[in-house]
Amino acid sequence: MTQPAPPTIEQFYRYCGEKKLMAVRCVRCRHLMIPPREICSKCRSSRVEWAQLGHKGTLVTYTVVHVAPPAFKHMTPYAVGIVEMSEGVKIPSIIRTSRLETLKIGMELELDFSPKPQESSWPHWPRYFFKETE
Amino acid sequence: MRAKPLASIVSVGISKFGRREGVYARELFAEAALEAFQRVEKLDPGKDIKTAFIGQMSESYEHQSHNAPIAASWAGLLPAPAIRVENACASSGAALRCGIMAIKSGMFDIVLVGGVEKMTNLPTPEVTSILATAADYPFEQWNGMTFPGLFALMATSHIHEYGTTEEQMAQVAVKNHKNGALNPKAHMQREVTIDDVMKSRVVSWPLKIYDCSLITDGASCLILTKPKLAKKLTDNYVHIIGTGQAQDTFCLHERESLTTIKAAKAAAQEAYKMADLKPKDIDVAEVHDCFTIAEIIAYEDLGLCRPGQGGKFVESGTPSLTGSIPINTSGGLKSKGHPVGATGTAQIVELYLQLTGQADRRQVEDAEIGLAHNLGGSGATAVVHILRSS
Repeated sequence: MTQPAPPTIEQFYRYCGEKKLMAVRCVRCRHLMIPPREICSKCRSSRVEWAQLGHKGTLVTYTVVHVAPPAFKHMTPYAVGIVEMSEGVKIPSIIRTSRLETLKIGMELELDFSPKPQESSWPHWPRYFFKETE
Repeated sequence: MRAKPLASIVSVGISKFGRREGVYARELFAEAALEAFQRVEKLDPGKDIKTAFIGQMSESYEHQSHNAPIAASWAGLLPAPAIRVENACASSGAALRCGIMAIKSGMFDIVLVGGVEKMTNLPTPEVTSILATAADYPFEQWNGMTFPGLFALMATSHIHEYGTTEEQMAQVAVKNHKNGALNPKAHMQREVTIDDVMKSRVVSWPLKIYDCSLITDGASCLILTKPKLAKKLTDNYVHIIGTGQAQDTFCLHERESLTTIKAAKAAAQEAYKMADLKPKDIDVAEVHDCFTIAEIIAYEDLGLCRPGQGGKFVESGTPSLTGSIPINTSGGLKSKGHPVGATGTAQIVELYLQLTGQADRRQVEDAEIGLAHNLGGSGATAVVHILRSS
């Protein structure tokens, strides 16, 4: 029998590489968590399991970044926000859109993934992001 | 009944804040320490100060870690042990709590507490990256979040939920620059207009460059004693009568509300309770205006106005120097500057000057009770102190 996948950040991004957005759910109180962790932030239980999330979310808040750190400079101006998944858990994300002026709190967004980066140094995580629904 | 003091402050020192070219962090700290030592002649610092707690956020600015022993020894403190305290922008607020605990434990009678940051050696994008390390790496930084970005997310929520305006945020900057223009130690000693702020370059919408605090070099320090000892050393001492510290989820997205900083509310409640005081008792306050929206949220979290009313509160003039609760009389992080590790104790320096009647052109008449509100990161740490004149 294979061991269940550990509730780690590395594992979260491994799942992103498989185009899956996963949260950790507390078996006892059903609380969903991103970032994943071993001890439930609500009830302190250490019985947690991975739960796959859907692709739909709504925009809770956002900003348009004009002054960015070197790694993101080529993308400016770009939008980042907090998205609430239909399952209720929230996640920070880049919001890809060609029309920054149409961003609105409460708008529906759709999840997508970028291919794994080629960087040679840690971390080598693939990225998730959100975009406007088609 | 008046709350019993936890510790007393017998002296303070602050370096000139600004772009201090050619000066090392340790030298800035010595500048602040020297001022503190000169204020209290009856003290023999090398002999009497038995330990030090020094806040510093990052070793990356000067390629120098282990900086507390360096700073303390440059202040002439040998062999008294010095411990570095790091809680991002609340580093020296947290260092002050360590100092209070050291006094309260009975282990030490006289303690030096302070903070320092030398930030301007590096170009702004690198400084921004170093500051961003106080945000969560795998979820926030990895997703292109910056520090202004995190506070911008709160600003967007505040605008959406309460109708707060960019003009109201701009008024925080205008007010703090007006105060900073009267502070000879401030980084940017000049006034700005609403128009200057509104037309300034966007950093992370809705925050513009004039909504952001400054990248500054500076140091600050306090000399703490047990309350009984204070009047033997000086006539100019103040009492610390309340301290509170709390934390919230490290990532912003895990919080229930983005229009309040829960940790600041909890820290304030703890400090008010200890001081046996209420928000209406505060005469003067220094709050953590790393971004203008942070000051608006601070008014609400400290109970100085109702939730959502922070924009209207600044508009009303209540927190102006001539208002009924002057806030950030020093100029705040916005105009005095924000040398990250030095900020927490720099706030206390201003309160000390106010409560001992030494604030010169910024003096708030009859100020007896002062409050300091110091945030770390996007509010994962919050530290609140309440001081009373002697």
